[in-house]
Amino acid sequence: MTGGGTTSLALEGVTVTYGGRPALDDVTMSIPHGSQVAIVGPNGAGKSTLFKALVGLLPVRSGRVRMHGREPGGQTDPIAYVPQREEIDWGFPVTVHDVVMMGRYGRLGWFRRPAAADRQVVARCLDELGIAELEKRAIGELSGGQQQRVFLARALAQEPHVLLLDEPFTGVDASAREALLRILARLRERDITVLVSTHDMETAAQRFELVALLNRRLVAYGSPASVFTPEHLTAAFGGQALFLDGMVVIDQCCPGHVGDGEEHRHSHEPHADPR
Amino acid sequence: MIAWLTDPFALQFMQRALVASLIVGVLCSVIGTFVVLRAMAFLGDALAHAILPGVAIAYLLGADLLLGALVAAVLVAVGIGVFSRRGGLKEDTAIGILFAAALALGVVLMSTVRSYATDLTHILFGNVLGVTAGDLWIIGILAAIVLVVLVLFFKEFQLASFDPVLAHMLGKRPEVLRFTMLILLALTIVVSLQTVGVGLVAAMLVTPAATAYLLTRRLAAMMAVSAVVGAISSVAGLYASYYLDVASGAAVVLIATAAFLLAYVFAPRRGLVARRAARRAA
Repeated sequence: MTGGGTTSLALEGVTVTYGGRPALDDVTMSIPHGSQVAIVGPNGAGKSTLFKALVGLLPVRSGRVRMHGREPGGQTDPIAYVPQREEIDWGFPVTVHDVVMMGRYGRLGWFRRPAAADRQVVARCLDELGIAELEKRAIGELSGGQQQRVFLARALAQEPHVLLLDEPFTGVDASAREALLRILARLRERDITVLVSTHDMETAAQRFELVALLNRRLVAYGSPASVFTPEHLTAAFGGQALFLDGMVVIDQCCPGHVGDGEEHRHSHEPHADPR
Repeated sequence: MIAWLTDPFALQFMQRALVASLIVGVLCSVIGTFVVLRAMAFLGDALAHAILPGVAIAYLLGADLLLGALVAAVLVAVGIGVFSRRGGLKEDTAIGILFAAALALGVVLMSTVRSYATDLTHILFGNVLGVTAGDLWIIGILAAIVLVVLVLFFKEFQLASFDPVLAHMLGKRPEVLRFTMLILLALTIVVSLQTVGVGLVAAMLVTPAATAYLLTRRLAAMMAVSAVVGAISSVAGLYASYYLDVASGAAVVLIATAAFLLAYVFAPRRGLVARRAARRAA
């Protein structure tokens, strides 16, 4: 059900427990090389857990993760991860250049200082995201969209095969969202596999070729049209999904995170049924 | 004026006090940048108090006080590292218990000695005028070790402080780096024992670094500015103690605090005035 091409990333019966309870239960999916997948599901569905397991922050209880058929974590197949905004200390005294250079540290030995080649990669990534002129600014002085591009540039400086973006559409305005989608379109040409977790069902349905609907278990995985069916949405969202003739309304109370300092808000995201 | 500046240092013990104060001022301020950025101020204070029993035991045995402090500090650093990893209690609760208990144990041990009040005061608030040539050597060597480790692993410490997740992904072992930082912090506190004492070392760890935080936008610059603030406060404090006949450790801390207050109000970007102006412009 994943289309043609070679498999870049494969999950085989992956179960991850978090605080004693299963946060991901027996998830099996294979992601073709160079594809872009939107991961959607209700709060607590395990979207972030999935990413944390993929980068080795949380142990996989059972099952296994394979990258190009091998155990991930080697220097040759790096996975880059762009965290959610609230996980970053924006007051930390680092410049844009410093942050992007951190993407090179994995390739630098313990005592080695960045070389000319590393500085070239950093300059190229800054250029690519159109933030070269912000190089010397402190990250705390930037707008939300600019901050996101800094972390994207850092991820690209890792020269990754797989890029994970955790809720990149949350807390940024429409123009920043479009800018990000344009960047993702460019990455498609470079065969970088991209996984994006999001609450934005509309963007997932319209701008991604593959969608994974998660609610601890993998409810559905495939093209948006095959995933966004009333049966699947009911299975994932339960009573939160409301079906009005030809429309699905999902009442996602409190997107974002508990404790992120935002007021709880209701977002009723009308979403045209793709059928 | 020149005479006013040089007079105090005609005396040898004052020269030693000056060197010791400068080393401690710079060392605390540099490592203090990580204490401020990783919100370890409470931990630093606790670590300082927790070495009191070690000093007391060394004192009772007639052993070297710095050696006693060194052993105790490293043991406590290891203890906190293990405690906070095992979980069960929140870290600040564990630290709070450990720190009060150690302080009490130290006081109990010290109170068995007749000259208890004076000696305890020296440990709590420092006795920079009593620094011997031998002490100076130990202070110098320990300070050199801490600074060399910080410089060698600068990029790793920076990464692990800013983004432990990325550090983990890149194989930089953030938990090992955190543990190393605890040991360096313990060594720094031992070095500071004689100049500012157990009671005030936390201020030297936090205040100059917090001042520098308000004035800079890069970690290396923050360390440099912090070192300068720490050094100036230390020397100025020594003059204050000479001419005004006040306790030197406390004078150093008050001068550093004054520098912080100035930065808090007038810092170009993060100061009160600048922030208010920015809000009005917006």
